[in-house]
Amino acid sequence: MLTEQPSENIGGSMAAAFLALLRRDLLLAFRRRTELLFPVAFLLVVVSLFPLGIGPNPALLARIAPGVIWIAALLATVIALDGLFRSDFDDGTLEQFILSGHPLTLLVLAKIVAHWLVAGLPLVLLSPLLAIWMNLPMESLGVMVLTLMLGTPILSLIGSIGVGLTVGLKRGGQLLSLLVFPLYVPILIVATAAVMAASDGLPYGAFLGLLTAGLVISVTLAPFAAAAALKISLS
Amino acid sequence: MLFVSEISFERYFEPVFQPVSFALEAGGLLLVTGANGCGKTTLIRVLAGFLHPTSGNYTCQAPSTAYVGHQLAIKDDLSVIENLRFMRNFLGIRQRSCKAVMQRLGLDRVAGQLARTLSAGQRKRCALGRLLLTDSKLWLLDEPYANLDPEGVGLVDDIVINHLAAGGACVLATLGNHRPGWASSQEYPLISGAGEC
Repeated sequence: MLTEQPSENIGGSMAAAFLALLRRDLLLAFRRRTELLFPVAFLLVVVSLFPLGIGPNPALLARIAPGVIWIAALLATVIALDGLFRSDFDDGTLEQFILSGHPLTLLVLAKIVAHWLVAGLPLVLLSPLLAIWMNLPMESLGVMVLTLMLGTPILSLIGSIGVGLTVGLKRGGQLLSLLVFPLYVPILIVATAAVMAASDGLPYGAFLGLLTAGLVISVTLAPFAAAAALKISLS
Repeated sequence: MLFVSEISFERYFEPVFQPVSFALEAGGLLLVTGANGCGKTTLIRVLAGFLHPTSGNYTCQAPSTAYVGHQLAIKDDLSVIENLRFMRNFLGIRQRSCKAVMQRLGLDRVAGQLARTLSAGQRKRCALGRLLLTDSKLWLLDEPYANLDPEGVGLVDDIVINHLAAGGACVLATLGNHRPGWASSQEYPLISGAGEC
């Protein structure tokens, strides 16, 4: 029964499925604008609460800026993550993914990319404004943006494993934050250390290297883990 | 195309249905019937591979399977045409026309409407579009007649019979008395649990 197909044909149909899914998820995100704007609004509000809470002391704000912005970005990512597979799980689309014959890992990667473009990239683009707001020295502003650029995809990728595991649960979102925050700790430490080193005029290349390594590892491994987690949630 | 021997499935150590065995050849239609809760949906989900059978085994020689169940897998925030276009591009069959599929389903009047504004029957028709956009030889249909008007029921029969005539096979779970008019169909009355009911 199995029909022989030329291998480039299968590769082509996999690429087509990847792009179709990416397009659909972006379209859906723009149809539901509240979901699109929520992480950004959340980040803005949380970061702007800090100067109000601890007083407008420029030196102090500059000192805590990397940590505050990164923690707020981390929280915003986790809040947005809960919806990553939720609607596909609820309406049976995930089952169709599994039946489609395309590798679930690839489809999970498409969903993560779409999710990062919608929920992660705006945070990166907003961060220079927040850095100025928090009186971060100009010389470390670029490093701040760079760490978020490298770090937020890692957050989405690692988070996707947790979402895959909790999507079948009624209140998975609460469990999700407990599950993934410990895994986020190394990224938070390395990223804020890079920005602080830049503020102090110290070399920060090693930290950026570590973040890049983290990104490469999570891009290659996390989709497999997330796909396996989804399969467990489905059965 | 599909050989099933003594499949059983247990939920919380209780068998959902009595062991199931059947063979389905190309062009064959298997009607799974039985009362509410006798495990029709569970059986279909086991055959689709979503659930692992507790015992028994099955071999499926079809390279891929199409499944339409209770969860329709259409997106409320996409229009009918966008939903169908995604199904087509996702399944990688670009040469089929979504417009033709929509006409066949009787949805051309609501092409641009968001799926959330459709009636239950129209949503079902939209989900059945998947069958017109797939190359799969084996179809697993779980209550395909639910929510459909008599014309929609006729449409499902048409689609299924065309598929069977083209050498496909179909497992169809249904509750009602309606049957597609197909000669080589067999009926499988599913018996629930350990057999006491």
